[in-house]
Amino acid sequence: MKDHLRRMKALIVKEFVQILRDPSSLMIAFVLPVILLFLYGYGVSLDAREVKLGVAVQDQGKEADHLAAAFLASPYFRAHLSRDERILEQELMAGRLRGLVVIPEDFSRQVEKGAGLGRLQVIADGSETNTANYVQNYAQGVVATWWAMRQRDHAVDKQSGPQLLTRIWFNPELESRNSLIPGALAIIMAIIGTLLTALVVAREWERGTMEALMATPVAIAELIIGKLIPYFILGMLAMLGSVAISVVLFDLPFRGSLPALLLSSGAFLLAALGQGLLISSAAKNQFIAAMVAMITGFLPAFLLSGFIFEIASMPPMVRALTHIIPARYLVTNLQTLFLVGDVWPLLLPNVFILLLLAAVLFFLTARKTVKRLR
Amino acid sequence: MFNRIHALIIKELLALLRDKKSRIVLIVPPLIQLFIFSFAATQEVKNQTLAILNLDHGRPALTLEQDFTAASTFSEVLQLQRAEEIPAVIDQQQAIAVLWIPEDFSRDIEAGRAAQASFILDGRKTNAAQIVQGYALSILNSYRAKLINNGQQAGVSLVSRNWFNPNLDFRWYTVPSLVCILTTVIGLLVTGLSVAREREMGTFEQLLVSPLHPLEILLGKALPALLVAMIEGAFIVLVGVFLLRVPFNGSLLLLFGSMAVFLLAIIGVGLFVSSLSMTQQQAVLGAFMFLVPAVILSGFASPIENMPHWLQTISYANPLRYFMTIVRGVFLKDVSAAIVWSQTWPMAIIACVNLCAATWLFKKRME
Repeated sequence: MKDHLRRMKALIVKEFVQILRDPSSLMIAFVLPVILLFLYGYGVSLDAREVKLGVAVQDQGKEADHLAAAFLASPYFRAHLSRDERILEQELMAGRLRGLVVIPEDFSRQVEKGAGLGRLQVIADGSETNTANYVQNYAQGVVATWWAMRQRDHAVDKQSGPQLLTRIWFNPELESRNSLIPGALAIIMAIIGTLLTALVVAREWERGTMEALMATPVAIAELIIGKLIPYFILGMLAMLGSVAISVVLFDLPFRGSLPALLLSSGAFLLAALGQGLLISSAAKNQFIAAMVAMITGFLPAFLLSGFIFEIASMPPMVRALTHIIPARYLVTNLQTLFLVGDVWPLLLPNVFILLLLAAVLFFLTARKTVKRLR
Repeated sequence: MFNRIHALIIKELLALLRDKKSRIVLIVPPLIQLFIFSFAATQEVKNQTLAILNLDHGRPALTLEQDFTAASTFSEVLQLQRAEEIPAVIDQQQAIAVLWIPEDFSRDIEAGRAAQASFILDGRKTNAAQIVQGYALSILNSYRAKLINNGQQAGVSLVSRNWFNPNLDFRWYTVPSLVCILTTVIGLLVTGLSVAREREMGTFEQLLVSPLHPLEILLGKALPALLVAMIEGAFIVLVGVFLLRVPFNGSLLLLFGSMAVFLLAIIGVGLFVSSLSMTQQQAVLGAFMFLVPAVILSGFASPIENMPHWLQTISYANPLRYFMTIVRGVFLKDVSAAIVWSQTWPMAIIACVNLCAATWLFKKRME
């Protein structure tokens, strides 16, 4: 037992020295998280603001002017007015406008007549599918508000009838940063856990230092644990640092407890490290390990974890696949810990699944890493 | 000179393709990615669970409840009995939203007073919450119109049309975007690792003592990567068009012409990172330091217009930004050569800067 500990300690010290000597692993653990948090904290926002919209006013009447003014005043659009629809259509084609509202010639007359319908046309650039949805919805909103105001001016409507009072819990202002930053943390952890680990072990194989290790009395389990502990510590440090930055610099609330955070991220790291170790012992080549880690670790954490794209909206096959993506569980837990608190009935099953995934991955790694040379 | 470069290109291609595993890794994963992500990356919101707490048994309340359950966004409905159940349902994400109709809702409506129902959303998922809120308000609007006007139309009618993608099919958006991301990944990793691998293996010294000029070595590294990434790009486009059925309306010549310029810019980054690194690990991690911000700032997951101005300025240096616009434009809009050119020349400048920087660094590191 004493020998075990001594050997493992030596391996861990060796791994730490390797990490500290190579600036690239420290960059990935401490610089990339800051860049990512910065981008998500200040830059990336899913709410459409100031979408560029063309308004073709073909009508000279008062009502058309009022409606055009409503589009100009809307905080959702940066509206460009023109009499000529064709100029705006060209701009839409070039991607300099995301949508186009056409107020036709007899619009004012039709509206003033009351009974007739003023027909408006909203054209969105469908090649930017999500923005097109926004354009359609917000244009509808601007027209509805303008219409309601007009009705009130003409003293028709009173505040009566059914109303819907919407309240958004946990994130009343709907700051998209609040749900994106937990996702960014999952990406960071996936890069450290899976990519870094996969590279490190593949390098030992590629350089032949693994053979040197095998010639020593080190057992496979010791070897795996010796790789695991340093990167686990590195990942946890990066995690705690990132959470501190999110709270201090980006004003994210943190409503959960530290033990719950440590438990969730620890369980995730185990699974991610297991994945990294499995990749490297199967690939034994840094190029392949990097490609596989990228494609099974980083991209799924980005696209399949549910922080940008809603999992429920995916087709059943893909939805089933997300169940074996560790990042999915971490994103849910982090979003809950940041914004809600310790909701144990939600957190614990996720932690349990992560541990289960980790166990399976370690089992496969141990089977794959045989102390034998080809 | 051409003989030497030719030999080097063949050597590079062999180094990359000789190994069966690395052949597989170049071809299979990008295709799997294309399939999975083109289905996964949707910002629509559907298959959601709605919880309803209806304390009113009047007809208006029942109609409102039915209008909500009939909405296509909600595939499942959870009936609640008491208000105390609401926090647990939201906290544990059993439902994205709760519709709460109070006891006196129907009475207020029949009396012509303001009748208020509540709609509580889970703010953890900002995007989904925002969209579901929009749906809820439009359900209420039509419900109200039904009540007040008895079906009579309001004064303005809106005709919505979507050019280039009439049904707003998300796959038409993601497949072109993935063409860009996957070619970037391949171009970056192939070049990023090439010089670093030789350094790590010690074969780099052998190259240096050969009669090759540093520029020839760089060309010999850049051209095979360009070739491999272009072929992969073409393959991904074929799969996108024929298997995933995304329309291709534009010109192939414009697509591949701009792809070559784009890849030169990416290869410049890859060679720069590669010359900087002593080991393959450093090269891969360095490539990531470029890749992650580049994808985030490309406008793929969130529109560039939404970013603050200083970040928009930075994104002008991101070749992915221009290439995304081109690929989407060529696929769906059949854009003219002039528009493609307006996005290509910035990439050409970036490519020149990157390649020059890589050459400079490469020469410097050789001394």
